[in-house]
Amino acid sequence: MVRITINGVEYQVEDDITILEACNRLDIPIPTLCHDERLNPYGACRLCLVELKGKNKLEASCTTKVRDGMEVETHSDKVVRTRREILDLLFSNHPEDCLTCEKSGDCKLQDYCYEYGVEKGSYLGEKRDYSIDDSNHFYTYDPNKCILCGKCVRVCDQLQGTSAIGFENRGFKTKVSTPFDMGLAKSTCVSCGNCVAACPVGALLPKRKIRYRAWEVKKVKTTCSYCGVGCQMYLLVKGNQVVGVEPAEGKPNNGLLCVKGRFGYSFINHTDRLKTPLIKRNGKFEEASWEEVYDLIVSKIKESKAKYGPNSLAGLTSARCTNEENYLFQKMFRALIGTNNVDHCARL
Amino acid sequence: MREVNVVIDGKRVTVPEGYFIIQAAREVGIDIPALCYDPNLEVVGACRLCLVEIEGSRKLQTACSTKVRDGMVIHTESDRVVSSRKEILQLLLDNHPNDCLTCQKAGECLLQEYAYRYDVKFREHYGARRPSYVDTTSPYILKDDSKCILCGKCVRTCSQVQDRRVLSFGGRGFDTRIVIDADFNFDKSSCVSCNRCVTVCPVGALVDKRLLNKGRSWEYHKREVKCKVCEYGCSFEILSKDGRNVAVRAKEANGGRPLCLKGRLTTEFLYVDDPDKPYIKGEEGFIEATWKDALGLKDLLDKLLAHEEEEMGVEYNG
Amino acid sequence: MTNSIEEVLDNDAMFVIGSNTTENHPVIGTFMKQAIRRGTKLIVADPRRIELADYADVFLQIKPGTNIALINGMIHVIIENKLYDRDFVDKHTENFEELKKVVKDYTPELAAEICGVDKEDIIKAARIYAEAERAGIYYAMGITQHTTGTHSVMSLSNLSLICGNIGKEGAGINPLRGQNNVQGACDMGGLPTDLPGYQKVFKDEAREKFERVWKVKLPSKVGLTVPEILDEAEKGKIKFLYIMGENPMVSDPDINHVKKALTSLDFLIVQDIFLTETAELADVVLPAASFAEKDGTFTNTERRVQRIRKAIEPVGAAKADWQILTDLMVRLGHDKKYSHPSEIMDEIRSVTPSYRGISYDRIEVEGIQWPCTYMKHPGTKYLHREGIARGKGLLMAVDHRDSAEVPDSEYPFILTTGRLLYQYHTRTMTGRVDGLNKLAPESFVEINDATANKLNISNGDKVRLTTRRGSIITTARVTEIVDEGVVFMPFHYTEGAVNYLTNTKLDEHAKIPELKVAAVKIEKVGS
Repeated sequence: MVRITINGVEYQVEDDITILEACNRLDIPIPTLCHDERLNPYGACRLCLVELKGKNKLEASCTTKVRDGMEVETHSDKVVRTRREILDLLFSNHPEDCLTCEKSGDCKLQDYCYEYGVEKGSYLGEKRDYSIDDSNHFYTYDPNKCILCGKCVRVCDQLQGTSAIGFENRGFKTKVSTPFDMGLAKSTCVSCGNCVAACPVGALLPKRKIRYRAWEVKKVKTTCSYCGVGCQMYLLVKGNQVVGVEPAEGKPNNGLLCVKGRFGYSFINHTDRLKTPLIKRNGKFEEASWEEVYDLIVSKIKESKAKYGPNSLAGLTSARCTNEENYLFQKMFRALIGTNNVDHCARL
Repeated sequence: MREVNVVIDGKRVTVPEGYFIIQAAREVGIDIPALCYDPNLEVVGACRLCLVEIEGSRKLQTACSTKVRDGMVIHTESDRVVSSRKEILQLLLDNHPNDCLTCQKAGECLLQEYAYRYDVKFREHYGARRPSYVDTTSPYILKDDSKCILCGKCVRTCSQVQDRRVLSFGGRGFDTRIVIDADFNFDKSSCVSCNRCVTVCPVGALVDKRLLNKGRSWEYHKREVKCKVCEYGCSFEILSKDGRNVAVRAKEANGGRPLCLKGRLTTEFLYVDDPDKPYIKGEEGFIEATWKDALGLKDLLDKLLAHEEEEMGVEYNG
Repeated sequence: MTNSIEEVLDNDAMFVIGSNTTENHPVIGTFMKQAIRRGTKLIVADPRRIELADYADVFLQIKPGTNIALINGMIHVIIENKLYDRDFVDKHTENFEELKKVVKDYTPELAAEICGVDKEDIIKAARIYAEAERAGIYYAMGITQHTTGTHSVMSLSNLSLICGNIGKEGAGINPLRGQNNVQGACDMGGLPTDLPGYQKVFKDEAREKFERVWKVKLPSKVGLTVPEILDEAEKGKIKFLYIMGENPMVSDPDINHVKKALTSLDFLIVQDIFLTETAELADVVLPAASFAEKDGTFTNTERRVQRIRKAIEPVGAAKADWQILTDLMVRLGHDKKYSHPSEIMDEIRSVTPSYRGISYDRIEVEGIQWPCTYMKHPGTKYLHREGIARGKGLLMAVDHRDSAEVPDSEYPFILTTGRLLYQYHTRTMTGRVDGLNKLAPESFVEINDATANKLNISNGDKVRLTTRRGSIITTARVTEIVDEGVVFMPFHYTEGAVNYLTNTKLDEHAKIPELKVAAVKIEKVGS
């Protein structure tokens, strides 16, 4: 443990952690655009700069380790002025389209500009003018909105292990790109969207069938319904429709998803969904009420049982349904029908 | 009451005679965009955004001021309608500052909502823009003329209260703007800071100044409460962020009451974790006050305390 | 899984066999790749050159159906070179001598010949696995979908036991479960032999316990498995079948047989979210709610019981499966009407020891891994910490056996099946997602370029595949992913469905069909 003073208050913190980590644990907010706990510290955006007593230069808190006796100012005039300048520079080279930007309301650059009172970019020089890569089926990359924090590149490399994207060119011309700038569709990209989830601004955005603003959706935490990994995620809900999915932090997936979990949700509100019970009459399905089908099923169960015994009935329960549903299904067959003929497709 | 049948975007709906198209549409879940329409206010048909196409009628009609007729077939999102809406929105944006980045109204702004819905963006132009005049003299209301779209809702709601009628239109044509009394600032005006105008403003022209820099509209958890000052119970909204109540804002007057500052401040004092200082308007404008004075409780509290001291032998210091 | 997903990062070595992890469990695949970056060694054994093969220290491109030979070969090397954990073997296992005897024959040379790989690679793989302090085995249906599936799992168990790679963090045997709640469906007694919590229907003690709670007499006769149910249905012995959320008309082997079975029934109920190929054959179809429309829990492959939450109302008149079942059960005389899944979970807890400490309150923020035997129990990160479940790990010496069908002059190639990243199971869900269908639109068969050359087949040609069960037409994808003599097809598609071709022969213990090996003939269409 080391003793450090942050904004005039003394704390005991673990050694071998960064100033940013210490502040996060102490609930002292420090702005950052490029930091992600899951990734190696990067120090690209410089927004997390803090003032250290005895040092003339501001230091990036995400790459500076705590030391015993350190005195840190996280919001001194100099720090705030510098952050404002950084935000000003970033926004000066950013499209001014929060009016309709899909990221608005969920954008870190917007959050910090509001917090630090940066109303517009004051540097009126050249702005980038790249074309948007919309070759991927599920998301787009707009280099003009990119702040070059490198989170997408690092997530793709360090976490996803795909390394489909990287930085290209230098200086003002730097952009995130695929090899030979061929576009995402022609790269090794597997459309997992983990880069999209990491993007703090509107550079990487999911394509939306149903458009929505960040503030219109309710987020409901749930478990992915595809494979057995059981990734935790949020369903984004607008009205009575699922309009998107975002990964959740923590176990077991640590904020990662795959293409199916992240983008394979449009079946939920698909027009093909079964919406009413059906009874087949003369080879054709006819719509029926729940009461009708319940009566029919119960009478058939009783009939089969009476005529051929309980073991003439069988049920396939489902690896797609919940524990509670599987429990009820086997209970129904065992306790109410009287057979152990219950199985499911665990083998397939 | 007689009922009429109309078809809106292919949906059949039966509504009482006398309904406006916009009301009939809402019955079947069709949201016709409108900036100046408010069911509680006089219809003016000013913004033209609610234009719809009626079969048999050559001209587009405003849905807020056209009554339904039996057998009417209405299209609310036809190509013609959409293109005229886009044009109107574009013209409004041309005369509006591009500062959604930090605008207090972002996330609740109808102009923003409709621009998103119809995919209209700000564009560069060299034409004239509304002069930026910001009235910062009130601690309760911030009025920014550059963001005003002249829908007139504020004027109409203000004039609904007999003895107020503070706001009105001033100037003509391009120079038209909303003025306070005889073009005063808030501090020298007869405005009582009831914030009726703030509750109806569709854009960021009139905002509650006590919310400024406290957070973005989408960050708040919102909870509606009834005012406890009088028995009518106007609606207020408690805004909380990160588990703390940070502000209160007026939502809707109730039972014919006009909304009032006292009710709002009382609600703020009751609910907000760390309320800002209250202000009272004097001859020279707004001055900081104690809560006792701002809530008009001075006489009451003095008497109450004196009474308790006498009767119960309780001693209060100061 | 004996271990947790996060423990992938703690492995010193990973042995991935019969699992195309980066496509079928993509997020676990990313953890594996992260582990490799940190220095974890990787052994991959698969008939296809899957993505993980590119990261492997040793890649063994084995012939389908030769898992046991490979593993026995590795065990041979480990025992010969005394690389096994003698202490662990003495203290925690039985039957080592028997195992030693059986694997004696599996010299690297012999194993290499059976598997069609280089013997040096087998030796290298054995060394990497045995020398690692903590080695994890990861497998999926490439191990189990064989007539020798159970034996293959036993040999993996032998391998891990003799190296002491069990009962510790970052070392164990980890089957990766394919479906979101296949673990839970098994836990809940969705098996003909098991009541919830793997309590056997034929054990009086277990049955009596449930009889007390459910207040009803329970049958003791073991029920039928899916393939048996279908066989009996075809014979007219099963009259009534209730299928909840499954689509055997695409997923099961020999679809012609499945269809015959289902159409022979007196009454078929299918409960699903779409009118599936199976639902088309039903007498009654019940519209179920999707996972977004109901509350409940799923248990993932690492035994973690996690919540799903209702985000929207069910579409139309659809109802959550638990509601439909509750409605029916009440009509069949059940004494309780559940009003929320949490009440069902409370009942589950009362009868299932491994779930006893799991309630909705406790898993609100983060799921808990069973066994969780009391309300303060933190859950179990990895199994067998306190020793092997049955006391001592029983080493089961097993021999390699050929698949039920081997190539011959008429059907000269081995057909193996699997899944793709961009589709899921029978496509009832992913088939309705545009982007996914653009990425993986249709059925295909992977053919090695040398084979293709011999048969005069070019990439994109239509080809006819025929086995003893049936014949389909699909598109050729000429590739080096598969070896000569082996072809691969994904099973997702209804058009050109590979399961018209697959073999229904079962593993005698687990009743799993041999979907991974069938002898097949290939012809170019129109030639």
